[in-house]
Parts: sequence; structure tokens; C-alpha cells
Amino acid sequence: MARVEVQNVSLTFGAHKAVDDVSIAFEDGGFYALLGPSGSGKTTLLRMIAGFEFPDEGSIRIDGEAVENVPVNRRRIGMVFQNYALFPNMSVEANVAFGLEVRGETGEAVRRAVAEALDLVQLGALAKRRPHQLSGGQRQRVALARAIVTKPRVLLLDEPLSALDKALRTDMQVELKRIQREVGVTTIFVTHDQDEALSISDRIGILKDGRIVQEGAPEEIYDRPKSEFAATFLGEANILSGEVSGGRLQLDATTAIALPQGTNAAPGRLRCAIRPERVRIAAAPTGVNGDRAGQLRGTVVRRLFSGSASTYFVDCTGREMKAIVQRGGGADIVVGSPVALDWDPADLIPLPAA
Amino acid sequence: MATTGTRRQNGLAKALPLLTPAYAWLTLAIFLPLSAMVYFSLLTSMSPSEQSSSLTLANYAAFFSDPLYATLLWRSLQLGLLVTLICVVVGFPAAYVLAKIFKGRAREAIFLLVILPFWSNSLVRVFSWSMVLREGGILDTALNAVLPFEVTFDLMYSFPAVVIGLVHSYLPYMVLTCYLSLQAIDDALIEAARSLGASRFTTLRRVVAPLALPGVLAGSALIFIPVVGSFMEPRILGGRGGTLYGTVIEDQFTAVYNWPLGAALSFILLAVVLAILLVSAPVLRKAA
Repeated sequence: MARVEVQNVSLTFGAHKAVDDVSIAFEDGGFYALLGPSGSGKTTLLRMIAGFEFPDEGSIRIDGEAVENVPVNRRRIGMVFQNYALFPNMSVEANVAFGLEVRGETGEAVRRAVAEALDLVQLGALAKRRPHQLSGGQRQRVALARAIVTKPRVLLLDEPLSALDKALRTDMQVELKRIQREVGVTTIFVTHDQDEALSISDRIGILKDGRIVQEGAPEEIYDRPKSEFAATFLGEANILSGEVSGGRLQLDATTAIALPQGTNAAPGRLRCAIRPERVRIAAAPTGVNGDRAGQLRGTVVRRLFSGSASTYFVDCTGREMKAIVQRGGGADIVVGSPVALDWDPADLIPLPAA
Repeated sequence: MATTGTRRQNGLAKALPLLTPAYAWLTLAIFLPLSAMVYFSLLTSMSPSEQSSSLTLANYAAFFSDPLYATLLWRSLQLGLLVTLICVVVGFPAAYVLAKIFKGRAREAIFLLVILPFWSNSLVRVFSWSMVLREGGILDTALNAVLPFEVTFDLMYSFPAVVIGLVHSYLPYMVLTCYLSLQAIDDALIEAARSLGASRFTTLRRVVAPLALPGVLAGSALIFIPVVGSFMEPRILGGRGGTLYGTVIEDQFTAVYNWPLGAALSFILLAVVLAILLVSAPVLRKAA
């Protein structure tokens, strides 16, 4: 268990800068998600912390010890791979015991530690099985038990749930969180799945083009994204851009919306985000012009029903807006109806120029 | 049940056109000549002048009456073991580098070099070794050009020459079979072992080697069996020291014209090799 500190780390593959001057600290015992689209450098960053790749520049410290030149087998880390990477020539038990045996431990101590680890992931009954006799979820648990049995200083997970189907994935997220709490190991989790990142981690680092775009608690990033990318990659967002004038955002010649109070944006272009679930939608008679601040008018072009909520796609004179309405929050609005969109100006998130 | 039965029959009917050419060819090219050889090995004589040829086991008895045959067979088996072992030691690391370290174009180029020997005639390859190994040959001249002192270097017509020639002929088989099994090992397995604290050597010993074992065994069988019966390399490179079980069999067919004895000796070799494979199979299966 340890604090991991990445400082000004860069790594270039040929002409491609995979990781570009990244600095991020992972506090002791925290559960971190590195979230980003494919090619954003999140896996490369994880592999540098693990010791499979070595940074061209910068330093990586585990508990204050500089490890950027230490080979992977002496970093005392645990890693779970996307495809589990269980040794097919060994039983479940032998897989879990492997890390202890190569450290020179033998006999009763190994047996007890293996049994404990398998109990922790609730697989004690399958100790004698071979990996090919297990389901995907079970293999994932074995991989996890194998990674934590050696009491690593940091646990690294490379998209460990992406090969599982949705229901199993949700179960494993809960399970992973429980095990992480129980063991208390600093955990870094790479994923491209925003829901997974939001639900599982204490903190999220969003990566794009080899750089960390934003880092913070899930709620913090969701409520106050600092860029359009962060706003749209983590959750959904309507983006409104316009000209700032007199505390209002002039979207076009005839439409202006109110900015949140206390916004001291300099005059000029500004982009703002608003979450679809913050947008209220109401049927409105045609031919009536916008008469209130923070209101847009348009026509419903599509409605997506997903059980607990409906998503309305509204065309506001060429600008598409999304509004999510919880089930029971009012009568359904049919496609083609004229509507008025409204929101609390405080929910509008000004985005700094990218 | 009935439906599955018919379906299986349908499957066989569909498979038959695909299987027939291969099996017909094998029957013609291997089974029939082999059957004929069994018959020859039981004849007293095959010379056309002697009309009265009868069936006998004398040819098989000859093997046991003269200890020379057993000695030569033993030497051939040792040679097979030695050549196979050298091929594993030399071929496995090469296959590892090919499968796990080189990628893309570099791999293709190196791979080509491995299979290049297959593109030339095997007899030419063996004769070219004689130019390298003899006194005043390429190796001798090169060594004397480099070393400050005089050496005479003549490996021609010796046991080492036979071993060198055979390793050269059969090494590609080992590289190819090892390459195939190594390539099938997921790189993540190696990384997983390393992340768990295993050194490179421990990873090789506990993860890579066990998983590559089927390839090593396949290569070993492909090499051991023909080397035990080899006659061309021993004859050309081994000279008088190259008298082996394979060359004795060849003599019976090409020089002495004692086909029945040659056939009998061949079947004894076949039986011994099969016995070795049968005995070693369970042991190797357990190891794998």
C-alpha cells in the first residue's frame, strides 16, 4: 500500500507521443480510474507504472522510491490484465501461489495465503480447477486473487471488466470495490467506460492525446467539467456556444440565454455545457417567441425511451438539444410537438476555451 | 438419437471426398510398399537366379546373431539423441527471439533465413559442408587467417562432421515447431509472470517452457526419427567413421543387394523407434 507519484512523464513511440508530460498523484489506499478513449495513453501510463514501459522523461515514485528504472518484477505491484492472463498450465491454486513461490515462500504459509485470497474472491471451492474450466467472471476473480495475494504496493487493472457481459460487469464492479476496500491497496484502474469510471472510483483522471485533461472526484468532474471533452466524454452534455455580452450569452441574432450569476467571463466567444437531465421540457404553442432568459424553443425530432427515463432530441432552429425526463415526471410529449426548453441558469457550466 | 446418427453419417459422407485423396495416396505410397517390404524381409533370397525362395525368420535372427548390428543401432540412437539435443539448444532460443522479440518485417526476414536451407538440394548442402570442413577447406583457411598461430583443422570424415551436417539439415524443423508453439503463448502471460515478481529466467522455466513443450516434442520427434535412420550425411561427411545403422541398411539395398536383410533391419529400426516413442509418451505427457 503506497502513494504513487507520476511526475512530468513522457513516452514517445516512433513519431507518436503516447504520453505527453503527465503528472498525477495516486494517494495511499485510493481507487483511481484512468478514463479515456482508445489511443489516449491511459494504458501506456499504466504500463509505465507497472514497469512494462519505461518513460523517456520524468519520474515515477512508489512510496517516495524512484522506480522508473526498476524492472517490473522488483516493483512489488499487482496487475490484472484485460484477458485475465491466467497460466493455462496451472490450476487455480497454482496460479495464485505463483507470485508467492517466485518470492521464495514455501509450504504452509503459501497454502494459507492462497486459501485466504481465494476466499476473499469467493472461489475457495474451485481451487483445483484449471483456468479453462472457469467462466469469464470466475477467471477474473482468480486473476484478482493472484494479483493481491502478494500484498502489492499498488494494484493495476487494465480494462479488467471489458470482456464480461453487462450484468456480470456490474456485479464485478461492486465486488471489485468491496475487495479493494477490504484490502486497502492503492488501485489504478484503466477503462474507456465512463459509467464504470463514475461508479467504481474515488477519483478519475481523464486522458486525451497523451495528456491528463482533468483529474478529480467523479461528482466534481461531472458537475464542473473544465473542457468540452471532459463534459462530453464523462456523461452527456449539450454544448452551447455564443458571444458574451452583459451577463448573457448571445447564441445568435435573436436568442440569448442567461449565464450563471457571478460568471465574470470576458466579452468574447464562450462555450457552455448543460446536462440533459437539467433541461426541463414543456409543450409550448407554436408562434410564440422566447420571452424568458434561459429558454429555447424547438420541435421534438426524436424520443428515446429507456425505461426509467426518456431522452428527447429537440431541434432548436438548427441546434440539437437533448433533454432527459425521468419516468413519471409528466406526460409524454409526442415527436413533432413544439416545445420550450428551460433550465436554471446555475446549471449552465461555462467551459474555459480549449 | 436417430437424427444425430443420420447427421453424423451425413458429416462422414461430406468429409469423404476431402479425405479420400490423402488416404488413397497414403495407402498407395506407404502402406503397399511397406507391406511388400514386410514380405521381402521374410524371404530367404530375392535373386532371380534362385527359383526356390522360401519364407524364413533368418533375416531377423541375423540382427541378434551379430552384435555389430546392435552396436551400430546403439550408435545411431545416440547420434539421434545428440543431434536432437543440439537442435533444441540451438533452435529454441532462435524460435523464442523470432516469436517474441522480432515483429513485422524483421521477423519475416529472419524467418526466411531459417527456411532458406529447404530451398536448396539436400545433397548439395551436404557436399558443401565437405568443402567447409576438410583440411585446407573454408573453415581451416579462415581460422588460419585470423589466428596468430598455425592450426590444422580437419573435421572431415569424423563423427563431429556427421553431427554438424545433420544439425544443419534438421535445425529448421525445430525452429519452426518451437516458433509455432511459442507464438501461441499470449504475451500477457509473460507479463503476468513478471508482474508477480518472476525474473526472466523463472518466467521462461515456469511459464514459457511448459507451454512451448508440445512444440519442442514435435520438433524432437521430427528430427530424432529420421536422424536415427540417416545414411546420406554419415556416408558423405563421416567416411569410415560414419558407418551407422542407416548406412548398413542402405548397403543392403544398393551395394550388397541383400534386400531381405535390409528390409528386416529396417523393421527392427522401426520397432525400436516406435517402442521408444511409446515408452516416452506417458512420461512426456505428464511433464506437459
